[in-house]
Amino acid sequence: MAAPTTLAPVQQDEPVRGAPAGGRRWYQGGAAHIVLLGLLVVALYPIAYMIGTSFKSPQEILNNIDIWPREFSPGNYAEGWAGIPGITFGTFFLNSAVVSAGVVIGNVAACSLAAFAFARLRFPLRGLWFALMIGTLLLPHHVLIVPQYVLFNSLGWINTPLPLIVPKFLATDAFFVFLMVQFMRGIPRTLDEAAEIDGCGPYGRFFHVVLPLTKPALVTTAVFSFIQTWNDFFSQLVYLNDLDQYTVPIGLRLFLDSSGQNAIAPMFAMSVLSLVPVFLFFLFFQRLIVDGINTSGIKG
Amino acid sequence: MAVVTEAPVRAPRRGGRQADRAKEAVAGYVFLSPWLLGLFGVTLLPMLYSLYLSFTDYDLLQDPEWVGVENYVRMFTDDPKFWSSVGATLLFAVVSVPLKLAVALGVALLLYRNRRGVGMYRSLYYVPSLLGGSVAIAIVWQTLFSGQGAVNEVLGFFGIQGWSWITNPSTALGTLVLLAAWQFGAPMVIFLAGLKQIPAEMFEAASLDGAGRVQQFVHVTLPLLSPVLFFNLVLETIAGFQGFTAAFVISGGTGGPADSTLLYTLYLYMRGFGDFQMGYASAMAWVFLVALGVVTALVFRSGSLWVHYADEGDR
Repeated sequence: MAAPTTLAPVQQDEPVRGAPAGGRRWYQGGAAHIVLLGLLVVALYPIAYMIGTSFKSPQEILNNIDIWPREFSPGNYAEGWAGIPGITFGTFFLNSAVVSAGVVIGNVAACSLAAFAFARLRFPLRGLWFALMIGTLLLPHHVLIVPQYVLFNSLGWINTPLPLIVPKFLATDAFFVFLMVQFMRGIPRTLDEAAEIDGCGPYGRFFHVVLPLTKPALVTTAVFSFIQTWNDFFSQLVYLNDLDQYTVPIGLRLFLDSSGQNAIAPMFAMSVLSLVPVFLFFLFFQRLIVDGINTSGIKG
Repeated sequence: MAVVTEAPVRAPRRGGRQADRAKEAVAGYVFLSPWLLGLFGVTLLPMLYSLYLSFTDYDLLQDPEWVGVENYVRMFTDDPKFWSSVGATLLFAVVSVPLKLAVALGVALLLYRNRRGVGMYRSLYYVPSLLGGSVAIAIVWQTLFSGQGAVNEVLGFFGIQGWSWITNPSTALGTLVLLAAWQFGAPMVIFLAGLKQIPAEMFEAASLDGAGRVQQFVHVTLPLLSPVLFFNLVLETIAGFQGFTAAFVISGGTGGPADSTLLYTLYLYMRGFGDFQMGYASAMAWVFLVALGVVTALVFRSGSLWVHYADEGDR
């Protein structure tokens, strides 16, 4: 323990924020909560502002910065939804849903297979492959985007959701492989061994013993895959070029390109809508998401 | 421990042991096959291919043309925008990462002390982390910090004359830093979990020895929290060098004004997918990979100086 506490002159009555539980002083409750609440207002203001503004009329946006609109204009949503001539935001939502669903299924299926091999089976070169898997954890996505684009271009996959989905079926999201390996290692081996004695091979043990017990990690993977994909901008921007293939984030950007002051309210309306699925996931899986980043450090 | 769980004989049937081993090895590769295909097909071979491309001129239409180290030479000696992007990225990471971690740690300490309502605060503070990377929030940010935006209205209330923060070269990057720091919820949740692991006796002992709050923080909390701080630092540093969405949206895809928000990844994108200079973009990607490797190594190296592991004494 490196804690030379004796050197310290005692400063009893200076309440410095930063010292933990030790003493119980004047702000046990009161002042700290005021700070926390104040910070919360600042933290949530941009979101509240976005929602409020999405209901304001174009004139009001210029001269009313209150969160609450003076007159309620839900028409912004209809106007935003109609979006760009010839295409509605519904198309963008559908495209985003297809990509996200594909990524979720791919990640859950492929990462659990690889994780079972790493966590439970013994085979030659396992250590080498595992080290390579860890190595790809820190590999920035931007380094691979050019050669992958060339590859998918030669396959004729540009302007389709395939470059966004197919790699996930090859367990390229190493983070989720790692997450599942860690989880599977926590499942008692005696369960496998019992199944083995009962005549279960590796495949039976995976499907009937380990996979059912891995459910919490599978759900975590599915939820984070969804949120990441739904919010992702970079790769969707690179691979999708035609309007009818656009996903929600790319579609939103169109507003920004074409926007005068009049387009702000509809643009905000669609911004709000674009975040609704992520927010619903958060409401339903709140505990799991917040605890999930505890154990793994992944973020939405 | 590991020895006990890994080592015992796995095949109960005598004589079948060798065969079981072989069967398990085959099964191992069956389970691993999608991942292996991904590792080689989508990761390793494309990486090698991009190394080759970095020594060529390639626009996707004609075959790549070998130019040697010309891309690299041009990048380092004859491309002011490259250096702008390096500067902007470094500045962004060096300011936003410590700021974000400091806010996260401060709030975590406040929350840790006041357990009432922790669950609610934790969830609500996390919301910006959840939504912050989206295009929608970047759009909101751009509006908030524009000339007639809400930020200036609030400043005006205090008698401060603001300007258009996003079109002024000296403040545009600052709005991106604020957007990053605003998403302090995720590291805060990790700090909170780390604080819960510190045994209360540690503080009692320090308190009995006459340590005040500052001393407790410096000599008890910080050392015991240092592994968690290190974990957060690694994650946020790597993320800090890869900011793209907000810079792209807020600058309208240009990295402006005056290249002040031209983050490295944004410049790479412009070269590769705006100008279709695949060779040059590949060279940039490899420089990025090496630089990020060096930064990560430095962070890990520094960790051995200040990260304190509680079980070190036992070994």
